[in-house]
Amino acid sequence: MSTATSPAAEATPGAMAPVPYRVLERRSETADTFTLSLEPLGPAVAPAPGQFDMLYAFGVGEVPISTSGAPTGDGSLVHTVRAVGAVTRALCGSEPGDVIGVRGPFGTTWPLAAAAGGDLVIVAGGIGLAPLRPALYHALGHRDDYTGVSLLVGARTPRDLLYGEELAAWAARRDLDFGLTVDAAPAEWLGDVGVVTRLIPTARFDPSRATAIVCGPEIMMSFSVRSLLERGVPKDRIHVSLERDMRCGLGHCGHCQLGPVLICRDGPVFRYDEIERLLEVREL
Amino acid sequence: MRTLEDVMAEGPVFAGLERPQLEFIAGCGRNVGFSRGDKLFREGDAADTFFLLRKGRVALTTHVPARGDLAIETIQPGDVVGWSWLFPPYEWHFDARAVDDVRAIAFDGACLRGKCDEDPALGYALLTRFAQIMIDRLQHTRTQLIDVYGDVSGS
Amino acid sequence: MEPVRTPVVIDLDGLDALIAALRAKGYCVVGPTRSDAAIVYEEIESASELPAGWTEIQEAGSYHLERRDDEARFGYPVGPQSWKRYLLPARVLLWRARRAADGGVDLAEPPAPERPYALLGVRSCDLHAIGVQDRVFLEGAYVERDYALRREHAFLAAVNCGTPGGTCFCTSMGTGPRAEAGFDLSLTELLDGEHRFLVEIGSERGAEVIADVPAREALPTDLGASRQVTDEAAERMGRSLDTLDLRDLLARNLDHPRFEATAERCLTCGNCTLVCPTCFCTSVDDVNVLADGSSERWRRWDSCYSIDYSYIHGGSVRPSARARYRQWLTHKFGTWHDQFGTSGCVGCGRCITWCPVGIDVTEELAAIRATDGEVDHAHA
Repeated sequence: MSTATSPAAEATPGAMAPVPYRVLERRSETADTFTLSLEPLGPAVAPAPGQFDMLYAFGVGEVPISTSGAPTGDGSLVHTVRAVGAVTRALCGSEPGDVIGVRGPFGTTWPLAAAAGGDLVIVAGGIGLAPLRPALYHALGHRDDYTGVSLLVGARTPRDLLYGEELAAWAARRDLDFGLTVDAAPAEWLGDVGVVTRLIPTARFDPSRATAIVCGPEIMMSFSVRSLLERGVPKDRIHVSLERDMRCGLGHCGHCQLGPVLICRDGPVFRYDEIERLLEVREL
Repeated sequence: MRTLEDVMAEGPVFAGLERPQLEFIAGCGRNVGFSRGDKLFREGDAADTFFLLRKGRVALTTHVPARGDLAIETIQPGDVVGWSWLFPPYEWHFDARAVDDVRAIAFDGACLRGKCDEDPALGYALLTRFAQIMIDRLQHTRTQLIDVYGDVSGS
Repeated sequence: MEPVRTPVVIDLDGLDALIAALRAKGYCVVGPTRSDAAIVYEEIESASELPAGWTEIQEAGSYHLERRDDEARFGYPVGPQSWKRYLLPARVLLWRARRAADGGVDLAEPPAPERPYALLGVRSCDLHAIGVQDRVFLEGAYVERDYALRREHAFLAAVNCGTPGGTCFCTSMGTGPRAEAGFDLSLTELLDGEHRFLVEIGSERGAEVIADVPAREALPTDLGASRQVTDEAAERMGRSLDTLDLRDLLARNLDHPRFEATAERCLTCGNCTLVCPTCFCTSVDDVNVLADGSSERWRRWDSCYSIDYSYIHGGSVRPSARARYRQWLTHKFGTWHDQFGTSGCVGCGRCITWCPVGIDVTEELAAIRATDGEVDHAHA
């Protein structure tokens, strides 16, 4: 009997093999957060808004990072990374010209098509604005698909705000209901102070036809969801993006389980009513 | 032409009050305006007024030595500024500064306090509404305290 | 001899010839053998290495070997190891990469192992366990490359169970004791009269191999004896489990006090995950090879009991023993259904045997079922 491996198994690279991407630009957003612009050196990876890629720093490791740019069609990628560990520090330390590895795209997407015909409400806390930015780009680029678009942004302090120049441009748009607030600010800050949930009661959307997409620290998402529910947005039109430890992105390593769901496969974007109970169980 | 009562009835603060009660409270109110940067009131001043914001935002601030006037919270249009008029010693605990040009209804708290003493039903109705406002603020302040964006350490 | 599909009978010499035939075809034959006071799965070169005349005595937290009063070659239930040692090895190189001069990356994945495995002595429970892992690694959106390469060419020679153990409950899980499908060959050891093996043929591959082994046609008495072996084994299970609506039972009892109570005994040592034939969790190690500047990615076994298994943002999501024990139990018997469409348990009993403190999943689940709805308010 033949002991040769089947041609199919050998020819196609396994799904754990990254493809090379070159860093074009590294832009500093805050003291510990950077946005990398990447171009493909080989096969292209094309995440849709809400999806994530596994970014690999050679010899250091891999992390799941959501896409934070608009789909381009030419394979280029934009990822905003916060340096919190060895791998993210290595990625944030990369220079233009450096080569990193990419696998993906993985996961579920923001429900932008389903939200069409109504108001889209985007609630972003801290680094949570990064996975939501592609959704905003889509909404602004297809503005007539929506009866209204609200962007509510919260961060710890003004220095923790991402995409500063864009924030100012968004604030000036007439076709966007924009709210921005920080938890604490120095005296020079002329914007709002308070938790991002404070913006929800007075944001300009109609709960009866709104779809809300929320991203940020899990506890911020919980409070925001509560405010949205209080305002009358139905549970099945609120979507959150969850996060768990991931080692493969393929549904093979088991790490990203949250009860019955695998975050890499069934998420990271979830409809709130589908995972509400799971978030209530401690240490699940 | 919309009356003060119409405007008041629209917002959540006075919703559900009976028309006579609304008219009564409206009788203590008047339209006011502030320019951006104006102080609505100062910490320690006698608190005899509360404001229903119609347009523009107001920041509650406090002065911290060497750090200047720090905003604690920004109140949005449609919301109410001030509850110190309800409780002794009837003094403001914070400064309030107009962040935008502000249009508001200012209510004479001293007058209202007197009327509430005479009409307990009105007093109860107002107290429950202001209690709700305070609960809301407390929840949000607590959320601010736990620092949801807090520093992380990584692997 | 021409390949046949109807069952045949081979004798002890035939068993040796079967192993030789597999080796002649290039297989690395892995089978049971005695080592370190246990019956383990290692490469064997002849039938003389099989644990003839030995059996295992298993109970919660205890395992030892005893002599049988016959020379059965497969007269034991299952040892501490499962076949995942070979299909999902504990440490595997996934790829090696080097940055090329032009700035790109040369990445090479290892070829399939030179010698495919012939697994001899696969119990029905373990056969089902392989099927459970097939669903995880081959039937999702992505195929696990290394597993697929090993699995595709693996020859499965099942052995029907005649000696179930004290912790076995395959009948409760619907996974045995008789192998029904998913094998290339299935042997039943018959000790009534002539010491022989009924061989059922499950595939072309199996037919081709057995064609090279001296065998005779199976008689109705051989077939009847074979049935009797497994029928009797089915009556001698050491444990049983009521699996009715187990998924829903666990889903609605996540705050049950039993988890804390058992967590006080649990050492979170992870033995259960090591010996379990379906536990598949892995992690990756990305390393630099200093000698030549290349980078490697290795895949290694991981366990949901380890404290850093669920590490994210500076902390573990499941720091308490209660949470980690609950994760394992509710995944194995509950959420595995949601994730992969089957139970994760095949009733082999290894976790009961090899738990140092003797935690018995059948007892645990029965206890939760008996007090369905109780809530541990202190930890909920």
